[in-house]
Amino acid sequence: MTAVVATSGLGKRYGRNWALSDCTLEIPQGHVVGLVGPNGAGKSTLLNLAVGLLSPSAGEIEVLGGRPASDPQQLGRVGFVAQDTPTFAGLSVGDHLRLGAHLNPGWDAELAEGRIAQLGLALDHRAGKLSGGQRAQLVLTLAVAKRPELLILDEPVASLDPLARREFLQILMETVAEHGVSVVLSSHLVADIERVCDYLVVLVASRVQVAGTIDDLLSSHVRLIGARHDMGSMPSNQEVIEESHTDRQSTILIRTDGPILDPRWTVEQVSLEDVVLAYMGQQSGERSSRRQRLAIRR
Amino acid sequence: MNRGMMIEFTLDTRTGVPPYLQLVQQVRRALRLDLLSEGDQLPTVKEVVARIAINPNTVLKAYRELEHDGLVAARPGVGTFVVKTLSDSTIAAHGPLRHELVRWLAKARRAGLDDESIEALFRDSFRASSAEGIA
Amino acid sequence: MIWLAWRQFRVQASIMLGLLVAVAIVAALTGPHLSQVHNAFLIACKQAHDCDSTTDPVSSTYHGLAVALQTMMLLLPLLLGLFWGAPLIAREFETGTYRLAWSQSVSRRRWVMVKIGLVVLSAMLAAGALSLIVTWWSSASDAAQQDRFGVATFGLRGVVPIAYAAFACAFGVAAGALLRKVVPAMATTLVAYVVARVAVALWVRPHFMSPVLSSVSLLSPNSGGTGFSINAGSNAVTVTAGPPIIPNAWVVSSKIVDGAGQSPTQQVLQKVCPNLPGIASGPASAVGQSGGVHAVPTGGQGAFPQCITKLAVHYHELAAYQPASRYWAFQGLETGVFLVLAVALAALTLWWVRHRVA
Repeated sequence: MTAVVATSGLGKRYGRNWALSDCTLEIPQGHVVGLVGPNGAGKSTLLNLAVGLLSPSAGEIEVLGGRPASDPQQLGRVGFVAQDTPTFAGLSVGDHLRLGAHLNPGWDAELAEGRIAQLGLALDHRAGKLSGGQRAQLVLTLAVAKRPELLILDEPVASLDPLARREFLQILMETVAEHGVSVVLSSHLVADIERVCDYLVVLVASRVQVAGTIDDLLSSHVRLIGARHDMGSMPSNQEVIEESHTDRQSTILIRTDGPILDPRWTVEQVSLEDVVLAYMGQQSGERSSRRQRLAIRR
Repeated sequence: MNRGMMIEFTLDTRTGVPPYLQLVQQVRRALRLDLLSEGDQLPTVKEVVARIAINPNTVLKAYRELEHDGLVAARPGVGTFVVKTLSDSTIAAHGPLRHELVRWLAKARRAGLDDESIEALFRDSFRASSAEGIA
Repeated sequence: MIWLAWRQFRVQASIMLGLLVAVAIVAALTGPHLSQVHNAFLIACKQAHDCDSTTDPVSSTYHGLAVALQTMMLLLPLLLGLFWGAPLIAREFETGTYRLAWSQSVSRRRWVMVKIGLVVLSAMLAAGALSLIVTWWSSASDAAQQDRFGVATFGLRGVVPIAYAAFACAFGVAAGALLRKVVPAMATTLVAYVVARVAVALWVRPHFMSPVLSSVSLLSPNSGGTGFSINAGSNAVTVTAGPPIIPNAWVVSSKIVDGAGQSPTQQVLQKVCPNLPGIASGPASAVGQSGGVHAVPTGGQGAFPQCITKLAVHYHELAAYQPASRYWAFQGLETGVFLVLAVALAALTLWWVRHRVA
């Protein structure tokens, strides 16, 4: 199966600050991929690199097997909804559709018009006068109507009220069900991600912390509760993601590839939010030193 | 024959139950309560996700499990249809039993029990009676 | 892409069109009258044989409108650069709409080229149309003034305004692309345009072709007049020559020299005009007192004509000028300079947007 997005050591630097560093991913097609992380983690940077609005400072990125934005054909295969869903304020809704038709050879006018009618948007309404939710829907329509293979959305619902957010996600899911596009969407709302995504990438402090299908993630992460424990003696196939201790009890969230055999632990399932928060809560430095500690003990 | 009333799914993200399982349970419940009968069509994947904004794969997974359990069958190009219900001869007893339940609930409320206590009381009794082997 | 570029530009183009139509109407209504006035004057002065000493009333007819039109012609290229050029790309960066445009199936290259092409060509058309109107309307007074090659008028006629507009727009677009903000782009365009126009007029234009030299007697009516001035501090005297009267030519410089090309020395000037300091300190003189230099026209009464007559024995006025016949060559060359600059700026913009914007 080809990857929709494949990166290798990808990095982007502004001055001395690395907005994204050492990002190696292979996102398979046919999924709705959630990109989560705190603000400033590099989500926007990664997505902008994927659509060719930014060029890498280090490493490589390939989208649908080609270099992002390399030619009009490549551009036609990827639909993009940028952060804050920019529209031309002075142009009407109908003008935006005409824009799409003129600038995209793969334009599906029937789909676009049907969508707009379904949304109840008047064609002569100026885009500048639309509500946030309507603007987001318009930009999504533009992205979808050119019949791309991949849709990339940069925090499309962050500034929308709950109803507009729900409606946007409904339309997005309907699109996926109907056309089978792969989707990569970033958000810092784990609840939304849980509903619509089946693949997750966690980005914290400009690095990829974990990536995989949500099913895999949920089955490979567990919470262990037990007596106060020395972290150094954890088995090598168990990676501690988050830990907290009282003077008598240790609670840790681990990633493991095998069953928990140690009877001293109580094993609990975790929710996706638990997993994401665990990865988001840690400092990358702390993790690597912990890994070092484990290695020395071997 | 299509009765014309399709099941409407809901999703509760607060419970620990995975979304696809919630859909499966809702279909099974509907089958049990005779709200869905043989030949009824389940909503298409597109209709479901357009309503409750979840991943289409989730719906597919739920329908596949139902198909695996022999309850529904997918007809390519047409849709997914119910082939077996879970309601049985006991369906006749549902009416009166439901009636008694409603009366019991009214009694419990009059005695001052809140929702949580009612649920706890029911679960506890249910578990105990199951353990005793009395169905 | 052409559709989108035009759709975004539609309003600005309409405004300009409306403006040009209004100006054209006003010009059409008033222009013929100017010709009438001028021709009537010519007929009358020829009969009276006083064409040289009387002023053509056309120079003061519709004076307000004339000033307005000249100002408009002067400012239009700059305004096009500010309001059409600077926001073209900068605005898209400011509002973020470039992210929408660049995710359509059109390359950055095409996006830039079509946008620049549309705006610069439209600016050239607009400037050309206005120049046509203004040149036609001013033809009668230009004929009366006979100074169309001069620095004041050269840039307001003919084809050069077209190139000025192209340059101003191209600069505005480039500034907008590099600075990414509309207001700073406008500010830099303003400064750059003024600097470029002044610099070319002062230091480049004179060198398009080597000027022709001509000698004129200091006493000739065609000479521009001789002026004496004294530096109050050092009591040094200098003579300056006003530009000689050569119709429709551009006098680049004029000075007073002898047969060997030498300027008159202090001794010569003292000898020729021994009482100059005394004359200068008299109440009725207008010779510079405090270090400034300015010319005093001859042809007046008093001691000055005597000084000049004496000076004219050995000294004459040497003028370097561009003859009237070179007018269109110069128009062409200056147009070329600004068009080359415009093209270079457009190329810079294209390269910058494709390779340097993130």
